[in-house]
Amino acid sequence: MTWDVALILITDGLANGAVYLLAGLGLVLIFSVTRVVFVPFGDIAAFAALSLAAFETGRVPPTIGMVAVLTALALVTEVGSLLRRGEVARIPKAVLMWGVLPAIPCVLAWLAARPGVPVAVHIAVAVLLVVPIAPLLARVVFQPIADASVLVLLIVSLALHFLLSGLGLLFFGPEGSRTTPLTSAVFTLGDGFTVSGQVVLMVGAAIVLSGLFFLVFERTVAGKALRATAVNRVGARLVGIRPVRTALLAYGCASLLAGLIGVLIAPVTTMYYDSGFIIGLKAFVAAIIGGLVSYPMTAVGALAVGVVESFASFWSGALKDVIVFSLLIPVLMLRSFMAAHSEEEEDEVEQ
Amino acid sequence: MKSLMLTLTRGAIAAALTACSVASAFAADLKVGLSVSLSGPNSSLGVPYAKGMQAALAYKPEINGRKVQLIVLDDGSDPTTAGRNARKLVEEEKVDVLMGTSGVPAAIAMAQVGRDAKTPMIGLTPILLDANENPWVMTVAQPTQLMIDAVVERMKRNNVKTVGYIGFTDAWGDLVYNALMKAAPEAGIKVVSNERYARADASVTGQVLKIVALRPDAVMTGGAGTPGALPFLALQERGYKGGVYGQHGLINPDFVRVVGASGQNASMPTGPVIVAEQLPDTYPTKKIATDFRAVFQKVNNAPTSDAFSAYSFDGWLVFADAASRAMKKAEPGTAEFRVALRDAIFSTKEVVGTHGVYSFKPGSLYGVDERARVIVKLDNGQWKLAP
Repeated sequence: MTWDVALILITDGLANGAVYLLAGLGLVLIFSVTRVVFVPFGDIAAFAALSLAAFETGRVPPTIGMVAVLTALALVTEVGSLLRRGEVARIPKAVLMWGVLPAIPCVLAWLAARPGVPVAVHIAVAVLLVVPIAPLLARVVFQPIADASVLVLLIVSLALHFLLSGLGLLFFGPEGSRTTPLTSAVFTLGDGFTVSGQVVLMVGAAIVLSGLFFLVFERTVAGKALRATAVNRVGARLVGIRPVRTALLAYGCASLLAGLIGVLIAPVTTMYYDSGFIIGLKAFVAAIIGGLVSYPMTAVGALAVGVVESFASFWSGALKDVIVFSLLIPVLMLRSFMAAHSEEEEDEVEQ
Repeated sequence: MKSLMLTLTRGAIAAALTACSVASAFAADLKVGLSVSLSGPNSSLGVPYAKGMQAALAYKPEINGRKVQLIVLDDGSDPTTAGRNARKLVEEEKVDVLMGTSGVPAAIAMAQVGRDAKTPMIGLTPILLDANENPWVMTVAQPTQLMIDAVVERMKRNNVKTVGYIGFTDAWGDLVYNALMKAAPEAGIKVVSNERYARADASVTGQVLKIVALRPDAVMTGGAGTPGALPFLALQERGYKGGVYGQHGLINPDFVRVVGASGQNASMPTGPVIVAEQLPDTYPTKKIATDFRAVFQKVNNAPTSDAFSAYSFDGWLVFADAASRAMKKAEPGTAEFRVALRDAIFSTKEVVGTHGVYSFKPGSLYGVDERARVIVKLDNGQWKLAP
């Protein structure tokens, strides 16, 4: 291996690592606030990418229909539970929150599918369109079982992934898509070593977004509420933080991240209806390196996964994924040696 | 009054139904059972197969004055379901011939049922079976070796001395690699790498860097469909200047869409139907291929853009030719007819189809020769015949 090759592999690895970083942040965010390992995260990213590809080929993305149906389901669930509790006065607000708000991106996307709309608008709308997916799914599926054990939540989350990827196959077909690059710039460093603008964009987005995350968590009330819920759900509730609301905020943020990942990687990799799963899985390895709680460790883990993957594909293409997932074994062993063992799960106060 | 009308209507319907069943008992229809993947991951191939079969039915709805009935079942891209479908077609519908399907494992499952039930099976994919073990199956698809031989011939003509290989980690990648390893040494070409990637992989940068470092004169790719575009994109990105060759698994409009400009000038083999209008008038399959285009357009209200629908059409042509001869020996719907049909298929001589000219003989699955392949070049998103 020469230095040229190693440099190319490192750049490639960092670009992939940046994507795993964003996905890992989303996974850790959702897990720490709700204890759900959100497997469908990658599917949402794939939906964003394929919706953008649908815009480019002049079709109306079928994601609109899915979001609309999810909105209807969530609205029915919410109004039903309000009626059961006899809180009729809160129905108009619920309709606004669960019926009108998620429908806005649908309408925007429908308008953006007309000819002559600039690419930038398409990208923005494709991201916006997937933002309601995770919160709506959470309202319909996870909120009713919020106090179930981590294992039950994981199984439900896995089932949800299979449902979403099945829908993806139905909507977008088995063949993949690739979108036009956001930038065609190429930067030359030193003698003949080039980095494409798209890679710079991916790494840049990862840095900027993790910076934003840091600021939100450190400086805003919402971020502090998220952190409080993550540290201790019961305690957070005692000081007046509503876990349901913080959970929705976490899902919304994660969905936004997934949408951004989708549009960032769509030009550099061919996205299929089920590509999201592998991204999610590798981000999960990164998140495990961070113990599913630590953001900085997740970031380090994500970059490590990206670089290891890149070098593994050079040494042995066929065993690439085996090598990446084998990373989990030493990490888990180390973690189990180092971690203080606690009882299975603390009991939660009934809601 | 109302009840009288009801009785009369019922009576009329019953009479009509009896008349129908009596009529069909006098002259049994020929029955073709097709199982294809209308859903599941293989549906991008399965749907064109089914459409091609509808076109074939419209092209030749009768054989020797007998109507042909087509029964289509969906196997959901699953070999187990394909086998079950075949059993259903044989036992419940009593079909005279089985046809299918879009996946090789699923087609093998169907062929086993055909052998057990002594029903001939016309495969529409390159089935991998020992022909002596199962004398009831044959296929209209081209054998992989025939196609790869054409690629190697082309490499030789272009003065290629060394070639790098990159393909799928699955059976398809192996099949193409083995065919290349068989043909290349005879042509004096050295295969310098055997890199692999998975269908779902996001990038092949590592593998391509390794190939580029070896500086081969050309690169051969063993992928299929849209995932097959990945090496082309990565080679272009690394500024590789040699020729890039593919195989018939890439002849698909979705591949062209995804590979974009990176596929410019890539050469690959295919059945002549893909470039029918560019063939010389003397080419044996030109006329039937243009007829097929026309009838497909009429039936499906869309032009053909793939090779798969044409395999269905050819399967039907082979069946129609054999059935017209078998009908002189036995009555359709009987076990004797199925035997006669099999023997007739295996004595097929020079039946001109859209993909090639078919001549089957016992002990061999395939019935095509060099006339069933041409080399095409991707030129600005269009397949161009490269004579």
